[in-house]
Amino acid sequence: MTAPTTGKPETTASTATTSRSTRPGTRASTKIVVTGLLVVVALYFLVPVYWVVVASTKTTTDLFSTNGFWFAPNFALFDNIKAVVTYDGGIFVRWFLNSLLYAGVGALLATYLAAAGGYALAKYKFRGNGTVFGLILGGVLVPGTATALPLFLLFSQLGIANTYWSVLIPSLVSPFGLFLCRIYADATVDEALLEAARLDGAGEIRIFHVVGLRILTPALVTVFLFQLVGIWNNYFLPLVMLSDTKLYPITLGLNTWLSQVNRLPEFYQLTTGGVLLSIIPLAIAMIVLQRFWRGGLTEGAVK
Amino acid sequence: MSSTAQTSEKAGPRTRRRSTPTSRAPWLLLAPFLVVFLLTFILPILAAVGSSFVQVTRKGLFGEAGVSQEFAWFHNYALALQNSSFISSIGRMFLFGIVQVPIMIALATVLAFLLESASAKWPGAFRAAYFLPYGVPGVIATILWTFLYVPGLSPVIDVAKWMGIDVDFLGAGTVLWSIANIVTWSYTGYNMLIIIAQLKSIPGELYEAAHIDGASPWRVARSIQVPLIAPALMLTTVFSIIGTLQLFAEPQVLMSVSPAIDSQYTPNLSAYTTAFAYNDYNVAAAQAVLIALVAFVLSFAFLRLTNRKS
Repeated sequence: MTAPTTGKPETTASTATTSRSTRPGTRASTKIVVTGLLVVVALYFLVPVYWVVVASTKTTTDLFSTNGFWFAPNFALFDNIKAVVTYDGGIFVRWFLNSLLYAGVGALLATYLAAAGGYALAKYKFRGNGTVFGLILGGVLVPGTATALPLFLLFSQLGIANTYWSVLIPSLVSPFGLFLCRIYADATVDEALLEAARLDGAGEIRIFHVVGLRILTPALVTVFLFQLVGIWNNYFLPLVMLSDTKLYPITLGLNTWLSQVNRLPEFYQLTTGGVLLSIIPLAIAMIVLQRFWRGGLTEGAVK
Repeated sequence: MSSTAQTSEKAGPRTRRRSTPTSRAPWLLLAPFLVVFLLTFILPILAAVGSSFVQVTRKGLFGEAGVSQEFAWFHNYALALQNSSFISSIGRMFLFGIVQVPIMIALATVLAFLLESASAKWPGAFRAAYFLPYGVPGVIATILWTFLYVPGLSPVIDVAKWMGIDVDFLGAGTVLWSIANIVTWSYTGYNMLIIIAQLKSIPGELYEAAHIDGASPWRVARSIQVPLIAPALMLTTVFSIIGTLQLFAEPQVLMSVSPAIDSQYTPNLSAYTTAFAYNDYNVAAAQAVLIALVAFVLSFAFLRLTNRKS
């Protein structure tokens, strides 16, 4: 949204102030050089993804005997994908659904908790406000892996280690999300609007749900996406918590396949096929949701 | 009750001494977050700090005669610091961070400037391509790059060989930089997006004024854009420093194809091994506390250093 407004004055100003005779020529050549540079960088970011697309269409023998950057004569993509989803009674599908459950439910609830907390810290002056915020901000800086080990011991004593809960419960807290919500609520939720709602006789909790959540929506989308990707990418927590392969998220599952390739080369096909299937939904989500990332991040950065 | 609260609200919104709905409301709203935060952040941190000061001794050959716990002061910390593998893993991360973090932040900054300079075609498509790796989990990114590192499978090695160069991505001297490449690949786009967000928040009038003054694009970048994106650069650098000290998934996955990576290659890997392979939770707790402390000290040192400069 802000791109055209900041970009336009720059271009109009430059064409207006500099002489028109020299500018167009240098502009065109700069454009070619810069675009060429960006293409080279884009190749770097896309080559591994391209390789896995190519590799997942090959049989195991072709994988080692043909050029990695081009397709082999035998097109085995559908056989490979069938092998991936049917291996071990469809365990891959189960891992995928587990990841969806951990990331989807975890991010949704985490966003709600962060919104309520951030709104409370931004819109009420009460004793302990600063202390609570400082404590939570400290939580942003604590390495997630430092808490995972003691958390495992704690959950073992509570009897919930190696269950869905052991991964889901720690995913509900997003100190960074609360931080973003507080900044956004501070800047956008109008005090007069809240006072008006109070005069209408609405309770404080109701005001948050009806007025607060609606105004916070753009920030909530960003917090949700951050938490979704964070949980989906998390590896250390499930690795520490889970021993039952049926509860594994996709990251843990694919790594157990990769660790078997030295003994059983057919796991190369399973791993490349599985990686391809797991990247497709992420790639689509990243590209479709890109504008939401930008919007929310800008709001956070303006303050 | 509610009617009296309403009147006191009308009289003055700042008087919230008594237990009115407005004084209870923030705690009610905060409660769910705080409960989970206490359970999954504060309690484990306290437990880690607590158990790092405790020594567990098992009586009998296999601990069959019972287990006793006693306060051991800094015994576990001494053990952790005497472990040369743990110390060298921290040194390895220093080396890694000093090289990888500046390269990544510089690359992210340059890409952000080029995409925002309006002198490139299809900026949206490029931005999407650079940001894509952030959505690929570290484990899967490592698996992807593993395929490009393993001899016999990697087309990159084939191409290099054809050009007469022998490359070994998984050797003792190179594997650290192979990991650095994976981390750079994963997070450059994310850092770039944060910098772009800050660039967009620069008011258009500043650019206009600069152009009226006849400033060159280079001068605009140096005198307006770089100073104004400094907060974003600091944020991304601090997150990268913390991330470097937490490195775990990438070396752990590469371990299965590279003999150069041992079970204590990074500080986190060392703590994980101490806890789950050696079952020594107390020393592992001391290691976790030390890692967190180093992350804190480095982040604050960096912030102090940059604040003093400006």
